[in-house]
Amino acid sequence: MTGLRYVYAVCRPFDTPLQAQLTGVGGDPPRLLTHHGLVAVVSHVPEADFAEEPLRAHLEDLDWLTAVARAHQGVIDALTTVTTPLPLRLGTVFRDDSGLRMMMEEREESFLRTLDRLAGRVEWGVKVFLEPVPEARAEPERKPASGRDYLRQRSTRTKSHEELWQKAEAFATQLHETLSACAEDSRLHAPQNPTLSGASGRNVLNAAYLVPRSESEEFVERVDRTKDGIPGIRVELTGPWAAYSFAGEETTTSGEGA
Amino acid sequence: MTVVERREIALVDLLDRLLAGGVVITGDITLRIADVDLVRIDLNALISSVNAQVPSPFEESR
Repeated sequence: MTGLRYVYAVCRPFDTPLQAQLTGVGGDPPRLLTHHGLVAVVSHVPEADFAEEPLRAHLEDLDWLTAVARAHQGVIDALTTVTTPLPLRLGTVFRDDSGLRMMMEEREESFLRTLDRLAGRVEWGVKVFLEPVPEARAEPERKPASGRDYLRQRSTRTKSHEELWQKAEAFATQLHETLSACAEDSRLHAPQNPTLSGASGRNVLNAAYLVPRSESEEFVERVDRTKDGIPGIRVELTGPWAAYSFAGEETTTSGEGA
Repeated sequence: MTVVERREIALVDLLDRLLAGGVVITGDITLRIADVDLVRIDLNALISSVNAQVPSPFEESR
């Protein structure tokens, strides 16, 4: 028995083998562990890194977290080409195969139900940003002639910023309604912190949509059509993702906050 | 307005999904790392550690 078991996903059994050179977390090639009608996709990882204490510490190390996140995503991505995986939260670790089997046994029914709900679906991410206002930088530095002048300039600036912000919010709300209507389900993620994302502008909407693979082209086109909207607003599309945001139990309201 | 389709997956988008999405397994012998509160705390720590190295995004021109 070597190391712990890092679990990426649970799937229904599939026929197509995974790419031979695929490496997972810690460089360990993902292995399949079958239990009844389910397959868990697993890597063997060292206890020194993945036991509770070291893992907790590692999660605060951005480089380490990045490596694990990319490896995790690499395996999920590969799985997506051969089946519909049910992804597990990053850092789901078991002591050994029998612990993993026990969990699969316990949750079998719920896994199967969720796998049915997600079969043939993918997730698309849509974000709306309010761009930093360029005019504020281009036309500035006209020295106010008086205190009153200064206050007027300032209030104009604040007002135009507020208007833009309201426009962006209205736009995002409308877009979310439109996209939700042509998706099977949606989730709102917390707006992204610009420091972590490095994206310019303020993140107004950070949403995920569950869309049948067969309707994805149409969905993407619909997002694309929002191009003719309001200047100063940027829309970003990511995907297709495995249905990470929809892997939890089905709920009608978003649990992720907004 | 522009619609940007990114080729390379941004870490932050990945973390939205890997740390806030995915099935959370509790109540067995799993080392219960993955509960949401813990992850929130970790992300805060991350953000402050990133703060030190990354220049302000507000200076970027696009």
